[in-house]
Parts: sequence; C-alpha cells; structure tokens
Amino acid sequence: MNPFGAYKKVVSARSTLKEVLKKSQDGGIVSTAFIYGLENNLLDGVVVADNAGEFQAVPKVATTPEEVLEAAGTKYTVCPNISVLKSAVREYGCEKIGVVGTPCQVRAIRKLMKYPVGFRHVPDKIALVIGIFCMENFPYNGLKLIVEEHCGVKMEDVVKMDIGKGKFWVYTRWGETKTVKLKETHPYEQIACHVCTDYTAELADISTGSVGSPDGWSTVFIRTAKGEEIFNKMVEDGYLEVKPIEEVKPGLGLVEKLALQKKEKNAKEIEHRKELGLPVPY
Amino acid sequence: MVKVAHVQLCSCCGCLVSLADTYEKLLDVLNSIELVYCQTLADAREIPECDIALVEGSVCLDDHHSLEVAEEVRKKAKIVVALGACAATGGVTRYCKGNQMSKPVHSSFSPLTEVIKVDLAIPGCPPSPEAIVSVITAALNGDMEYLQPFAEFAELGSEACGCDVISKVVNKSLCMGCGTCASACPTRAIEMLDGRPNILKELCIKCGACSVQCPRIRFPGLIEKIE
Ligand SMILES: Cc1cc2nc3c(=O)[nH]c(=O)nc-3n(C[C@H](O)[C@H](O)[C@H](O)COP(=O)(O)OP(=O)(O)OC[C@H]3O[C@@H](n4cnc5c(N)ncnc54)[C@H](O)[C@@H]3O)c2cc1C
Ligand code: SF4
Ligand code: SF4
Ligand code: SF4
Repeated sequence: MNPFGAYKKVVSARSTLKEVLKKSQDGGIVSTAFIYGLENNLLDGVVVADNAGEFQAVPKVATTPEEVLEAAGTKYTVCPNISVLKSAVREYGCEKIGVVGTPCQVRAIRKLMKYPVGFRHVPDKIALVIGIFCMENFPYNGLKLIVEEHCGVKMEDVVKMDIGKGKFWVYTRWGETKTVKLKETHPYEQIACHVCTDYTAELADISTGSVGSPDGWSTVFIRTAKGEEIFNKMVEDGYLEVKPIEEVKPGLGLVEKLALQKKEKNAKEIEHRKELGLPVPY
Repeated sequence: MVKVAHVQLCSCCGCLVSLADTYEKLLDVLNSIELVYCQTLADAREIPECDIALVEGSVCLDDHHSLEVAEEVRKKAKIVVALGACAATGGVTRYCKGNQMSKPVHSSFSPLTEVIKVDLAIPGCPPSPEAIVSVITAALNGDMEYLQPFAEFAELGSEACGCDVISKVVNKSLCMGCGTCASACPTRAIEMLDGRPNILKELCIKCGACSVQCPRIRFPGLIEKIE
C-alpha cells in the first residue's frame, strides 16, 4: 500500500515570519505560503478557516496577510471551506486563488476541477491547493464535549488545541495544559471520516502537517510542479527554513505508520459498510 | 470530422450562452467538430444526421412540435446529450417558483430524459462551459470512463434533487462537510449548517449539480491523476 500518494520531495520546514509563528499551529507553512502569495502577486485571494469564536470555524475568503494571520491555527471541527470557493471568484473577483483544506476537501477541489459542473470559470482560477494532514475531524458539539467534559475547560478559555503523542491537548489562556487520551475522543469523531483513506492530502499541490517533524516545525510534501515552484521561491526569498526530513526526529517513519494505519483501518470500514449494503464513495 | 448539433426545446438560451461562453476553448473544439445544426449559430433548417446532439430545454407536452423534435433528435443523433437542468430533470420549467405564472403551466413540461432515451446528461443551470467542453472532448475521444457519471445522471433523469445530498450522503454518514454542494448550487438553495448541507426546498430547481458534484457519492478513479 502506498502511504503518501505521489510526491516530488518531502522536507521539514518552518516559517521565518515571527507574526506567523506566534499564531500558527505548527511551522506556519500554510499561512506563510498564503502571505507570500498575496504579497508577491501569485495569489489575490485565499480560502481559509476563520476562528468564529470558541474554536467554531467558518470558511472565509481572505485577501490580506492580516486576514490570513487571523485564520491561522487548527480548529478541530468541520469547516466547509469549499462552500465559499465560488464567491471568491464571483463576489471578491479573485483570479488567483489559494485554498487550504483537509484531505477530503482537497479531493473535493480536484473533483470540481475535473468535473466542474457547478463551477463556471472557477477551476482555472485555482492557483494553489494546500492540504493539511488529517486523521479525523469532529462535529463542533463533539469537540466542545471533549474540551468541556473530558478536559474540564470552558471553551471560551481555550487558546490552542493540538493532537499528538496519542493525546488531545488543550491549552488555556491561564497557561494550563489539559490532555485526554485519543481513545476517549473516538466516539465524538465525524463518522464520515471512517471511510476516508487519505492522511496526507495526496492530491494537493503542497501538503503539510505536524507529524514527523519536531515541535514548531512541519513536515511538507511537495507534490506538483505548481507546488514546487512556489515552495522553492519561498525558500529562495527567505520565508522558510528547510531541513532534510532524514535529519529530523521522529521523521518520515512515523508519518508512514500513521498514514498506513488510517488506510488499513478505514479500508476495513469500507468493506464492512459494503457487507451491510451501505453505500461508499465509488 | 465529428458532426455536432445543438437543438433547442423549451429553454431560456442559458445553456446556449454557456456553450458559446467557452471562448477560445470553443474554437479548439470547433476545429475538431462540425456544427451541423444550431438555430442561433449555424444556418440549417432541418436536423441532419449527426454524431452528437446537445439538446437544451424540456419538452412541452402541449406542443406536438416539441415532441416531434425530441423524437427526431433521437433518430438522427448517435449520442444524445441532455444539456442542462431543463433537459435533464425539468429544471426551472418545472420547478421555478417565481411570482410569474409560467405559460403553459409547469405540468406541461417534461425533461427530455422522460421522453426519449438520453445517453448523457450534464447537470447545472446552466451547465458550466468547462463541463460542456469536457463532455464534448471526452465524447470525441471515446473516453467512456470520464463520461460514466454523466451517463448515470442521464439514467437518473428527473429523479435528481437537492434532497439527494441529504438522502444519499448526509443520511448515510458519508458527508464530511466540504461545502462543495453549497458552492455548486446555482440558486443558492444550499446553506451549510453545522458543517452539513441544508436544502431550502423553495429555491431548489432540481438541477442535480449538487449531488453530481459531491465527492462522497462519486469519486471516479481518474480524478486521482493530478499531473
Ligand atoms: C481536523 C484536523 C485534523 C488534523 N490532524 C492532523 C494529524 O493527524 N497529523 C498532523 O500532522 N496534522 C494534522 N492536522 C494539521 C495540523 O493541525 C495543521 O493544520 C498543519 O500542520 C498546518 O499547520 P501550519 O502551522 O502550517 O498552518 P497555519 O499557518 O497554522 O494555518 C493553518 C491553516 O489551516 C486552516 N484550517 C484550520 N482549521 C481547519 C479546518 N478544520 N478545516 C480546514 N482548514 C482549516 C486555517 O484557516 C489556516 O489557514 C489536522 C488539521 C485539522 C484541521
Ligand atoms: S479524516 Fe478524512 S474525511 Fe475526515 S476530515 Fe479528515 S480528511 Fe476529511
Ligand atoms: S458536497 Fe461535501 S458537504 Fe455537500 S453533501 Fe457532499 S460531502 Fe457533504
Ligand atoms: S439544491 Fe441547488 S444544486 Fe442541488 S438540485 Fe437543487 S438547485 Fe440544483
């Protein structure tokens, strides 16, 4: 089984922009790429997941670096980013759009590029697709329950959430850190995630996630010529620091392990659904 | 040269505008096709024998000409494509709920798919120029793999509706909340609530774009080839 899909290069990287690192989830690759794109006229609008308060996520078309920064950081809840893609073209008049999404959203983008039935004059304006690694996602109520019931923290006090080392982490504005074992969060997962076999956003131009790299750094797959071009420019212009993935810990082995775990487990779920006569994406 | 006809039944011309809206791509396509019939763009009175007929609009059951044209297209064309919602599902001719009474009445209109056998159907109101070009190009190349979803949609005919994303995706625990359906909808009949589509049925004209576009019903393998 191929764990990662096709790619040209994989590295460990981190933004050099202080304002990004202050707000970003990991190495700030997504926000830096979008800010770089907007500042250098490679992009004129980007679709991001804005924090609508208490980690509720709303899709937003951002056209300035400030708006990109506001939307930095992971919200572990469903955010229908593609729902504003058409308004980026129609209402914002964007012609070079960057989009960030979970692997399933990246798949949705690739589908609408090949089968653009409801997307007049949109596909040719998609200039950069960035995917973020994803094992599972939570409906907002599920997320709230994990934070409030299992971690005993009020949603309004949370400044950051993270998943890593087998735990769900919650950081509060009082400087506290609470954790809950991932095993306890499974019941609140979005069920649709259980038929998803894509961990590393295999169809993106660039995909990135925290796993594989040290804290504060990101693992980055460069998959397409488009992705490679913008990534190389960012490195040349000093927006990113890069290390060979072989030199960092825990390294690509862990990404591979998790990607394969997701594929195997969810391939089984797909088979199980078929046995029950339930539909699966085909 | 592949012979293509554009045939108009009861419609608003939106699909034709979409066909013409392919700009330079239409020229590319026109270099490999011969537009043998199109009341607006070509000078021909009778529908000739052709390889592909793109038919827009629904069939007015109270107008025998309309029925005759539909049957004639089936006889003359090797591949009949229902172009857009009216031909595929009835679209606005059946389901528009503006404050102006349609004449004849809604019940008089049948989508082409209910009147003759249609090989391919392109959803949308109007369908995007890109989709039209892709379908024509795939048909020219005999790329049946690409065309399969359009063939399935032709069989579904007037059964398509915004409710499909609820009954086939949300209710089956397959919806992951990407929002593609909401963006694809030409009438803004879909809003996303708590990461799931909600269909405003007063606005849905049953064009089928949302469910055909949803990656959780159908994800043809060829989409995986990205470079
Ligand atoms: C549900 C979910 C599960 C994840 N699981 C993993 C995992 O298992 N392993 C792993 O290594 N990484 C995972 N990630 C990715 C990781 O959390 C970071 O998003 C990624 O490393 C990018 O960080 P960054 O510092 O480069 O980006 P930043 O500069 O912080 O930017 C992050 C971007 O992602 C967007 N975003 C935030 N939340 C969402 C959302 N819910 N849907 C769509 N877009 C969003 C933001 O708008 C922002 O533009 C997950 C992310 C999500 C949303
Ligand atoms: S696990 Fe898959 S379906 Fe669920 S949010 Fe992540 S990418 Fe989407
Ligand atoms: S397009 Fe996306 S949001 Fe809409 S029904 Fe399908 S999976 Fe759900
Ligand atoms: S909800 Fe919108 S896209 Fe779906 S069938 Fe109705 S009008 Fe068409």
